[in-house]
Amino acid sequence: MEQAKKMNMKEKYNAMTGDLAWDFSYKTEAEIFPLSDFEGIKIEDWSKWQDPFRLTMDAYWKYQGEKERKLYAVIDAFGQNNAHLGVTDARYINALKIFLTAVTPLEYGAHRGFAMTGRAFPGVGAQVASQMQSIDELRHAQTQLHTISQYNKYFDGLHDPFHMFDRVWYLSVPKSYFEDALSAGPFEFITAISFSFEYVLTNLLFMPFMSGAAYNGDMATVNFGFSAQSDESRHMTLGLEVIKFMLEQHPDNLPIIQRWIDKYFWRGYRLLGIVGMMMDYMLPKRVMSWKEGWEMYFEQNGKMLFDDLARYGITMPKFWEQSVEEKEHLTHQLWLTFYSYGHAAAFHTWIPDDSELDWLSEKYPNTFDKYYRPRLVYLREQEKLGKRFYNPSLPQLCQTCQIPMVYTDPKNPTKRVYRETIYNGDRFHFCSDACKEIFEHEPEKMSQAWLPPHQIFQGNCGGATIPDVLKHYHFTENDGGEFLHSRDNANWNLWKGLTPDEEAA
Amino acid sequence: MQVDIKSLSIKPLRNTFDQVARFTGSEKSASRYLEATIGVQPEINFHYQPLWSKNRSIYDKDNTVIVMNDWYRLLDPRQYYYGAWTIARSKQQDAAERNFSFVEKRNMLASLPTDLREKIISVFVPIRHMEYAANLNNTYMSAYGYGVSITQAASMCAMDRLGIAQYITRIGLMLDGNSGDALKTSKAAWQNNPAWQPIRQLTENMLTTQDWFELFVAQNLVLDGLMYPLMYQSFSDLTSVSGQTSFAMMTEFMSEWFDEHVRWVDSVIKVAAAESDSNNVQIGKWIQKWLPQILQALQPLAQEALGEAAQAGLDAAVAQLSARTTKSGIN
Repeated sequence: MEQAKKMNMKEKYNAMTGDLAWDFSYKTEAEIFPLSDFEGIKIEDWSKWQDPFRLTMDAYWKYQGEKERKLYAVIDAFGQNNAHLGVTDARYINALKIFLTAVTPLEYGAHRGFAMTGRAFPGVGAQVASQMQSIDELRHAQTQLHTISQYNKYFDGLHDPFHMFDRVWYLSVPKSYFEDALSAGPFEFITAISFSFEYVLTNLLFMPFMSGAAYNGDMATVNFGFSAQSDESRHMTLGLEVIKFMLEQHPDNLPIIQRWIDKYFWRGYRLLGIVGMMMDYMLPKRVMSWKEGWEMYFEQNGKMLFDDLARYGITMPKFWEQSVEEKEHLTHQLWLTFYSYGHAAAFHTWIPDDSELDWLSEKYPNTFDKYYRPRLVYLREQEKLGKRFYNPSLPQLCQTCQIPMVYTDPKNPTKRVYRETIYNGDRFHFCSDACKEIFEHEPEKMSQAWLPPHQIFQGNCGGATIPDVLKHYHFTENDGGEFLHSRDNANWNLWKGLTPDEEAA
Repeated sequence: MQVDIKSLSIKPLRNTFDQVARFTGSEKSASRYLEATIGVQPEINFHYQPLWSKNRSIYDKDNTVIVMNDWYRLLDPRQYYYGAWTIARSKQQDAAERNFSFVEKRNMLASLPTDLREKIISVFVPIRHMEYAANLNNTYMSAYGYGVSITQAASMCAMDRLGIAQYITRIGLMLDGNSGDALKTSKAAWQNNPAWQPIRQLTENMLTTQDWFELFVAQNLVLDGLMYPLMYQSFSDLTSVSGQTSFAMMTEFMSEWFDEHVRWVDSVIKVAAAESDSNNVQIGKWIQKWLPQILQALQPLAQEALGEAAQAGLDAAVAQLSARTTKSGIN
């Protein structure tokens, strides 16, 4: 028998993926992939999809299996050695509380969303890439749960994360962000999550939490971070591949994609404000300031990315300048908000000590001493007098990003931004021009948002008083409020043999 | 700083997450499987109506007519969360790798009689396309199913099916010295050979089935329940009659995988059917709908694969499946 020409790697990988599909003849492609064209994205040739990794399942199992063995060995050791006592101090745990209640559910959402795109796209390459990311995201949700499980045994605020995610007022920020993408079509979802989030913004989620963990002695979370890193780099590569593929397929796709990039950049940025607050206020040992992070990961790296995409006609996301103008105000305003609503949060808040205030003064020379330090010092004095401040009202939320309407105009930092629009006879409120514009582009969808304060007033959240609502959230008396008075703090001092004075010093 | 843990008696405040304690009714420590699974999927207060459906939520119990009081009861007897699953599969792929290199090293395929080689190409290798459809079907269940217990298992099953499609592809490539000719021939058979058309038609019909639980019954219970015994038992036995062990070695992953798949599928069917008479009747109806069609579609294929042993092979497969459904309590 004549020996035929051998296939090269690329042909072989195609045999393992693209060639598995066939020409349907008993059903139409439209019947089998009914969600592939309602968004207006035009794909001429799915076979042009290039998979940068050419990862077959056997190789996937081999690599991932090795990583999981190592990861769980560390998690086991962590549990056996009471390693939760190795963190800098108990304030650090509050970063994990935000992570488990706000981020882990998003990993799960990504798992389901990529399952949807993995079934919806008509091209095998895009299906397989989506499906692998889907199962990776399940991994991330579950390894985070297993890592933080140990902390849940000893600290408050971590005990019912998914119940809280579905209900709690500030968790509607990540929930609505992700559901915006999940309720869209497959192309919008993948642009939102693979590109705008994974590619453009993920460093600003991952770096603060994982480096924060490293700086603060949380070896379990660091271990998770390292283990997830190679998955994340695959996901980022997919994000860029997706955008380029769609743009190369048809010129009509450009304006649609640009609008999605604009929208999810802004919504993702608003969501990251909470991470910024964590960076500046919650880590006992700080990694970098929000301002420095934004400059490095968005203003420099993000700019380079968009320069690279300019040849496709893609421009920097609309309103990006606004994010830069706000960078010296954002986290201080947000921390003060959560401090004020600390009785209604599942993590603790506090006023930074003097050395930490000095750090903030140094990192935010133009704004901190002028606008924020005096307020924080005043609140600390009030606390010492036994008058810890809590805001008893419910905040008004932005209809789009669902963050309380607390942000000010950077050009006039003592004046809050209020924007509004009328739709179907109802008035809707926004924290920014960007959030308003997102609404006005899709008013039917965005007007449906489940705004927690509205729902509380309508009687859908357990009752008419704050204690009723907190009970509905499954908050215990130990979950929120001032850190100094918390059970976490008391236990920590007990475990470490510290008196409160030593702890403060 | 060194922590002197000997002097500290640190009592945990709680042993597991509340959502797990509510599910088990116990405050005790819970398995990694349960902590990774129970209550993880959002259930209420969805913000936006999906653009892809006028009347369904992002996660919606009404995506199937099966009704469960608690969807998390559809637990996986293998207790697979991602880590357990991927570690198990990495061991299996290790074994598969050894088998493939054993066959390759000894050039075992060279001694394959021509008619057997051609038979493998025309009646076995096309199954890679069916496995690809099974991958899409399980991805559908994972996307639109309800509760992590079943959706995560469907997601893992989807990836398993992709892996199996790739192992079959690899067999195809080994049969033709990596030229791709065997894959071309087998794909042409799948696309045009009359023996394959009834099952290809059914496969395409399945890809348009809307109710994800019906799809679970059609794909994972009925089609797999007939196809796997037919191919990996009857046909595999036939290939080894002439002393050829290479086929059995190269498909060991699949036959092992199927034993495990059956445990999961039967457990899901059993728990869903035990939930209510209406579930039981509905599952029974779906079996009645799909089984005769699939069986009929497999006839010409069984004929090509098994020749005069075709009827016996199909009968054995049906007997296995019906023993399973009886055991799962389907009336």
